[in-house]
Amino acid sequence: MAARKAAAAPNVSAEELLTYYRDMLLIRRFEEKAGQLYGMGLIGGFCHLYIGQEAVVVGLEAAAEEGDKRITSYRDHGHMLACGMDPNGVMAELTGREGGYSKGKGGSMHMFSREKHFYGGHGIVGAQVPLGAGLAFADKYKGNGRVTFTYFGDGAANQGQVYETFNMAALWDLPVVFVIENNQYAMGTAQKRSTSTPELYTRGAAFGIKGEIVDGMDVLAVKAAGEKAVKHCRSGKGPYILEIKTYRYRGHSMSDPAKYRTREEVQKMREERDPIDHVREMLLTGKHASEEDLKAIDKEIKKIVGDSADFARNSPEPALEELWTDIYADAPTEGAV
Amino acid sequence: MNVPNERKLTIARAMAEAVAQEMRVDDGVFVMGEDIAALGGVYGNTRGLLDEFGSERIRDTPISETAFIGAAVGAAQDGMRPVVELMFVDFFGVCFDAIYNLMAKNTYFSGGNFKVPMVLMTSTGGGYSDAGQHSQCLYGTFAHLPGMKVVCPSNAYDAKGLMTAAMRDDSPVVYMYHKSLQGMGWLATEPGATVHTPEESYTVEIGKAKVAREGRDVTIVSVGMGVHHALNAAAQLEADGVSAEVIDLVSLVPLDRDTIRASVAKTGRLIVVDEDYMSYGVSGEVIASVTEHDISVLKAAPKRVAYPDVPIPYARVMEQFCLPNPEKIIAAYQEMNAA
Ligand SMILES: Cc1ncc(C[n+]2csc(CCOP(=O)(O)OP(=O)(O)O)c2C)c(N)n1
Ligand SMILES: [Mg+2]
Repeated sequence: MAARKAAAAPNVSAEELLTYYRDMLLIRRFEEKAGQLYGMGLIGGFCHLYIGQEAVVVGLEAAAEEGDKRITSYRDHGHMLACGMDPNGVMAELTGREGGYSKGKGGSMHMFSREKHFYGGHGIVGAQVPLGAGLAFADKYKGNGRVTFTYFGDGAANQGQVYETFNMAALWDLPVVFVIENNQYAMGTAQKRSTSTPELYTRGAAFGIKGEIVDGMDVLAVKAAGEKAVKHCRSGKGPYILEIKTYRYRGHSMSDPAKYRTREEVQKMREERDPIDHVREMLLTGKHASEEDLKAIDKEIKKIVGDSADFARNSPEPALEELWTDIYADAPTEGAV
Repeated sequence: MNVPNERKLTIARAMAEAVAQEMRVDDGVFVMGEDIAALGGVYGNTRGLLDEFGSERIRDTPISETAFIGAAVGAAQDGMRPVVELMFVDFFGVCFDAIYNLMAKNTYFSGGNFKVPMVLMTSTGGGYSDAGQHSQCLYGTFAHLPGMKVVCPSNAYDAKGLMTAAMRDDSPVVYMYHKSLQGMGWLATEPGATVHTPEESYTVEIGKAKVAREGRDVTIVSVGMGVHHALNAAAQLEADGVSAEVIDLVSLVPLDRDTIRASVAKTGRLIVVDEDYMSYGVSGEVIASVTEHDISVLKAAPKRVAYPDVPIPYARVMEQFCLPNPEKIIAAYQEMNAA
């Protein structure tokens, strides 16, 4: 296996590395479990797994402060776990149960948490980007010093509303980090087939927004870039763009056999660039942790994920009366127009 | 049962075949959309086209709907005949201006100087727990806005003929296909949609409804997937000695009001089945077509089996509770008779 430069003892504490390891592993195992439950017919619709991209959200959450906000697309399970949302509530939403974050009404693509400042998974490509600017606007207006992480994909980067938002965010100096998760594919379309210029981090240049490219398989690099971006935003200098190069190991959704790329391509990524293996190596070579320590963490994670699956299966189906609640902010309106 | 020379196609294959046949005879046709070329479309309805016609005429687009649907309108006005796909009807919000203000109005606003001969195809419907941004039908939304024709096949024969007709039509046509009729491996498919489809090119008239089943006691009107629910209900009603006539609208715009009226004049009872939201939609329009014309033919108040006015929920129990099905149609008939 190709050795990575970053594996050579970086200047980070064991504690920090262990946190990243744990958080990324939680996402990985959670997604694997979600894939299993999908296979068993317990999860419906399209289920978009985050496997391979774990370092992106874990690195950026390490750069966030309490009260900062995040908003993303339908590929949202990792973001929710990384910002501290309860795996039970996420998994139960995947199974469409009462105990889910949206009481079973939203499913995989549509969850929110006021407590964790998570403003949703969104099903329409690019639609969350202007919303992210709006969150940042509200914070700037209130003067509370918060920053919003607005995540979107390489495919979404071709939506016009992204550029309307860039302009406005720059014009108004909004504290928003635009995080482009470039996993190199938009469904079956490789990024180079859909973009005239592949460097997405330069897309803000016309609006005066600084951007940089980040190795998204290296959680430390992501964290460092995140800190820089957040500092920029918090100091009142307006938006910042991070193009984070990453890779999704699985198909676009559970129903995608991913025939548009080779097995070898995926295999190579897994073997040479896996973000979790990367931290694992740093932990072991730096003697920050032993194999036994890591095994104990694996076990701990396995339990959390197993419990979430149990919770998600045992949580009751939503009551049908719930159909007519939450449509409007006020009282239920069964049958009314 | 195997009928000799029978050629059963899925709707997806029937659509692709119609497009290919028109492309062979009309150079002005090109196809574009997201993942329609290399992947052959999420639903397989453009499969094989790239191989035959190449990437100049079969184009994958970026996820830039405002741009490529607007561009299709421009190209159509310039004499091309674009066939454009956006894979889910739910996604049209982002590019709706190009559709209802431009595609649908530029013929009128140019006093007929420019035509907009394009086909906009998209999938509709739910039933597989994909929540409210991926399961809508929005038939009424498109049909409400003048300037575009709207068609919706319930089977492969009509799918092919409608596609050919749509491509030859000089007006913009919105072509809506229901996901549960497509014949996708990962999605349950209604077997009744996969029917004999002749190989040679033919058209199915846009604006003409079909009597899918003849009957005397009640008229059940629907479109797309709902036609299959209606046929299923009709078969069950027959066992109870009730003879139901099923009308497949085939086309929402123009709406074949005459066929609906003639049927209800015969049966005296009307049930409309619509997977789109109940209010302000197709079901109300069909009923109004009858009641405005001659209310005296009705032996009972008409009934609607439609999606309640709620965003489509994810949870299976909730979604299934909301969707039209044969049992609800039968119940509607029984209520109608009890009244
Ligand atoms: C407006 C709109 N167009 C198309 C789609 C269908 N669609 C869903 S995800 C997707 C690909 C998006 O790719 P990317 O932004 O790179 O995100 P990724 O899935 O790689 O995380 C497409 C085309 C949609 N949901 N919304
Ligand atoms: Mg992508």
